[in-house]
Amino acid sequence: MIRIRIIKRKPLPAWAKIVIPIAAIVATLILSAIPILLAGGDLWKSYFYLFYGALGTRFNLLETFVKASPLLLTGLAVAFAFRAKFWNIGAEGQLLAGALIATVLGVHMGNLPRPIVLPLIIVAGFLAGGIWAAIPGILKTKLKVDDVVSTLLLNYVMWHIMGALLFGPLQQPGSSWPRSAAIVNAARYPILLPRSRFHMGILIAFFAVFVIWFINNKTTFGYRSKAVGVNIRAAQFGGINTTSVIVWTALVSGGLAGLAGVGELCAIQYRLIMDISPGYGYTGIVIAMLGNLHPVGVLFSAIFFSVIIVGAQTMSRMTGVPTYIAEVIQGMALMVMLIFLLFMEYRLKVMKK
Amino acid sequence: MSQLLDIAFLSGLIGATMRMATPIIFATLGEILVERAGVLNLGIEGTMLMGAMTGFLVTFSSGSLWLGVLAAAAVGMLLGLLMAFLAVHLGLSQHVSGLGITLFATGLAMFIYRLHFGSPTVPPIIHPFHQISLPLLSSIPLIGPGLFTQYSLTYYAWLLIPALSILLYKTNIGLKIRTVGENPVVADTVGVNVLLTRTLCLVVGGALMGVGGAFLTLAHQNMFLIDVVSGRGWVAIAMVIFGNWDPLKGAFGALIFGFLDGLQLRLQGLGIAVSFHIFLMIPYLLTIVALISVSRKASIPAGLLKPYRREEKGG
Repeated sequence: MIRIRIIKRKPLPAWAKIVIPIAAIVATLILSAIPILLAGGDLWKSYFYLFYGALGTRFNLLETFVKASPLLLTGLAVAFAFRAKFWNIGAEGQLLAGALIATVLGVHMGNLPRPIVLPLIIVAGFLAGGIWAAIPGILKTKLKVDDVVSTLLLNYVMWHIMGALLFGPLQQPGSSWPRSAAIVNAARYPILLPRSRFHMGILIAFFAVFVIWFINNKTTFGYRSKAVGVNIRAAQFGGINTTSVIVWTALVSGGLAGLAGVGELCAIQYRLIMDISPGYGYTGIVIAMLGNLHPVGVLFSAIFFSVIIVGAQTMSRMTGVPTYIAEVIQGMALMVMLIFLLFMEYRLKVMKK
Repeated sequence: MSQLLDIAFLSGLIGATMRMATPIIFATLGEILVERAGVLNLGIEGTMLMGAMTGFLVTFSSGSLWLGVLAAAAVGMLLGLLMAFLAVHLGLSQHVSGLGITLFATGLAMFIYRLHFGSPTVPPIIHPFHQISLPLLSSIPLIGPGLFTQYSLTYYAWLLIPALSILLYKTNIGLKIRTVGENPVVADTVGVNVLLTRTLCLVVGGALMGVGGAFLTLAHQNMFLIDVVSGRGWVAIAMVIFGNWDPLKGAFGALIFGFLDGLQLRLQGLGIAVSFHIFLMIPYLLTIVALISVSRKASIPAGLLKPYRREEKGG
């Protein structure tokens, strides 16, 4: 009888870290042929419009950046937390917290000028997301509460808080829908390129990539955060205050997700609605994994996902394949990447018995 | 206020509680079985949605409600098998595999629905299950009509609670499952096939999750909407913890959720303006409190989240 075992392999060379995610993307795109064919779509036409729809025209290319900005921020948020083994599944709720506080400030800012209002909203959004993530961080370190479940549950708590406020004090006067009044002009992100939605938040997201790279590689905090992730016991013996590192990591992580919420509110929707996020926080998990938890990797995988999401619109129009193909591809990408990551560390061995 | 104490209101509330608790009971029992074998299945939310969609689609095409339920169970089994492949056989992170399955299944459910029905202005509907009044029992004053005029799936959910308790605590199979969840090394040593046990639990648990989802589209409602599950899978995850991995207590948690959900529906029906969002927040907050107390006890299956590879026994 032949048995297949999974055994540890020798560490792969550094280039594998770059090749493997690319291979995972290629494998995912190949696998995507199955749902495309099931939907009766012409394969080459579908692939063509997927990429043409995301990159082919000026407007679509800029839309791809617009879509990439929340994905980049939630992806960074998750990656930064996962690196320290703080399992933040709560980027969705932290995003909502950011959007919520931005709404409260944005609606009530009156006549203050933009250079005062916007920085205030950005800082408040960052803090709101950060605090919402720091709560499970504290629960994990002080009370040993599993962070996966607590961050996941807090997403729904925040969603319901948002719902209660949108049916209550935040509801647009005269409206029976759960939506807020529009935020004032001074609270809106400037549009940077004419005839597009290319806004300031995109630059913030790209800048965040640099900041996280800098924190990870050039600061003691980044080093400590990684040490906690690699081996929390050893970090403790090495004199690192692991509680404080985890809570601060959570704060930064949640803050990034909060910024994603601020961006969606102040550059796209201009008013709070229940479906302000189509699950960016969850997609962020996939993006972080696909990017191998590295900020530059996250940058590329966020753009890849954005291409899929934006391109799926055009593909759907031209070939009749439902736009939900984007979600199917996302789910497949995560599982493929997981399997590829596994084979970075392990290999199959066929044994005869 | 006198309306609140009205017998019709009370009876309606009991009925609504039972109805709203049903999908949570199915899902919670499924998840308990899986976690008792040492696997956290975060694919539950997506599995329920696939179950809801598949059940609806099959019933719509075939006209048979029970065929829909079976199909939902089958699709739940397949997703359980996928989870087993990733998290048990390959030994990948249970968290990430489960979330991957939820993402994948959520996308797939909406994709297949769109493929089949397009984007109609009026969503297609089926003839849902009818409620069945149990003779005698349903004529018990006050509580009878609410408790015993229910969908047959609700009665099955209630029968499953003691069934799973007996399976886990009174049978040899249950002992094996619990040993696999508590200490896979010991289980392996005494000749229990750890990977097979976990796989089977995921498959059966997946079936229950699928049926829980199907209840939403075949009984509770008569159509499929993309937000039909709306976090009920996560509620079940929460109820497993709240209920200390015990079927009876988990079902009790599901009842609390059903009660709050039923209450907000009833109050809305009376035109009383309470924000239902505040009600629906409570189960999540309760669970976080439960999590704090659980972390101090040893009720969590010790082998949970740990992939099992024979070669790495020591580690």
